[in-house]
Amino acid sequence: MFEFFRDLDRRWVFLAMLLAVAVPILAGARFPEEPSQMVRSVFHAIDNLPEGSRVLMALDYDPASEGELHPMAAAFTRQCALKNHKMYFMTLWPPGPVMIQKQINMLQREFPDYEYGIDYVNMGFRPGYEGPIKLIVTDLKRAISADVHGTSLDQIPLTRDLKNIQQMDMIINVSAGYPGAKEWVLYAATPYGIPTVAGTTGVQSPLLMPYIPNQLTGMLGAIKAAAEYEQMLIDEYPQLKDNRQAQEALRRMGPQLVAHVFLIVLILIGNTIFFIERRRSR
Amino acid sequence: MKRTVPLIIAATTGFVLIVAYFIPYTETWGETAMAWFNIIAAVAFVLGGFNLMKNQLQKISDRRPGWGYAAVTLLSFVITLFIGLAKVGVTPSTTYPEHPWAGSYDQEGAAFWWLYEYLFLPLSATMFAMLAFYIASAAFRAFRAKNVEAVILLITAFIVLLGRTYAGIWLTSWVDPLAARFESPVVSQFIVGLRLDRMTETIMNVFNLAGMRAITIGIALGVASTSLKVLLGVDRSYLGSGED
Repeated sequence: MFEFFRDLDRRWVFLAMLLAVAVPILAGARFPEEPSQMVRSVFHAIDNLPEGSRVLMALDYDPASEGELHPMAAAFTRQCALKNHKMYFMTLWPPGPVMIQKQINMLQREFPDYEYGIDYVNMGFRPGYEGPIKLIVTDLKRAISADVHGTSLDQIPLTRDLKNIQQMDMIINVSAGYPGAKEWVLYAATPYGIPTVAGTTGVQSPLLMPYIPNQLTGMLGAIKAAAEYEQMLIDEYPQLKDNRQAQEALRRMGPQLVAHVFLIVLILIGNTIFFIERRRSR
Repeated sequence: MKRTVPLIIAATTGFVLIVAYFIPYTETWGETAMAWFNIIAAVAFVLGGFNLMKNQLQKISDRRPGWGYAAVTLLSFVITLFIGLAKVGVTPSTTYPEHPWAGSYDQEGAAFWWLYEYLFLPLSATMFAMLAFYIASAAFRAFRAKNVEAVILLITAFIVLLGRTYAGIWLTSWVDPLAARFESPVVSQFIVGLRLDRMTETIMNVFNLAGMRAITIGIALGVASTSLKVLLGVDRSYLGSGED
């Protein structure tokens, strides 16, 4: 047994990890989620805005982190739609427009009364990393003159009278790195006092903790927080209970649990081998 | 001259942005500088494209190790660029039906959308997902309790790994009934804090936060001093070696 684990080919570890993730997905394993204080503060920050508030939806991520971030972006979009907030989508990442389009497809499917140009607008991608933030915070139309369809922002009812993003009631940023939540905090939220919440990957969230709660109202970190957020959304808006699309993060907690337990087992086995070998060498 | 002009441009723009932040009268100067920056950033994409082509072509013509990968990169780049620019398979937009090229390049069902949806998206997601396998292998082979620091790291890892799933709540479900037995709120709260999910929060909100604050302040001071060196022309490394 000892020799088997000591000389274990790493391909067996890969296979076991594949099963640890695949089996809970195929079995549809689900676990109850209890929203943390942080998740509650993010939820209430959006929910307590008056109906029809202006919300900037900055989706700064790509397909690599879509598995982790799409559920929270979808949850934010759903919540804003349920509260009849006006949404302004934009991204600082080149692959971001497709991420925005997915939210818009969801809006068209689940909220058919939500009208483009009246209730939401897609301002697309802007190059220049944090550069566009610095500009739109004082003069939106100098950085973005038209939406993704090429229609001038002056012709769109939602953006016609919008001078800059200081007029936003909240910035919701879902980000996977640079440029992302940190840049929105540094160049928009902090200097101009715009309330901001973020959704980030697990790797990024510890880096943003120092900004909470003053510069950043709250943050969802990784798929666990997204699952708690979905649970809270379902609890507050029971019409989402039968919507499978609104429970993507909750479904992903099954494989996460098994994978985490599997990692712990691997670490324990590895250390057992290490200590046995050390004792034998003495 | 080749290095002096970029140096003057960088220093002037930098100082304009600093002044614009503190003096409201000069705010529009900063906006103009940022508008220029955004335009240059967009042009940099074109420059980046040419640079990529130049490097990959060089690699192929010199038959350097891995030139086959360079060929794949170049081919993918050219095909994607052509399909995007030519808007292959894009139907005219409903707003401007008389203009055949008025449709969006990433329209659903068009060739570019197809490339993105069935090549770029699964490839990117796969690359990221492969991390899980490497982490598992590394956890098995390298995560050893060799000294006190490593033991602390291991314990923290176990708490966070369990606390970030339902396993943490399930394993420490006995904590809440135990805490209820104590009348003293201090003792009761301390015992509730032993729940794995609460311990994870404590690790994130206390230990991680304290460390991150120190690192953030350190980075900020470093960035400020480096920026000053760049603006004053002391650090010129961003201009390159100037050999080519």
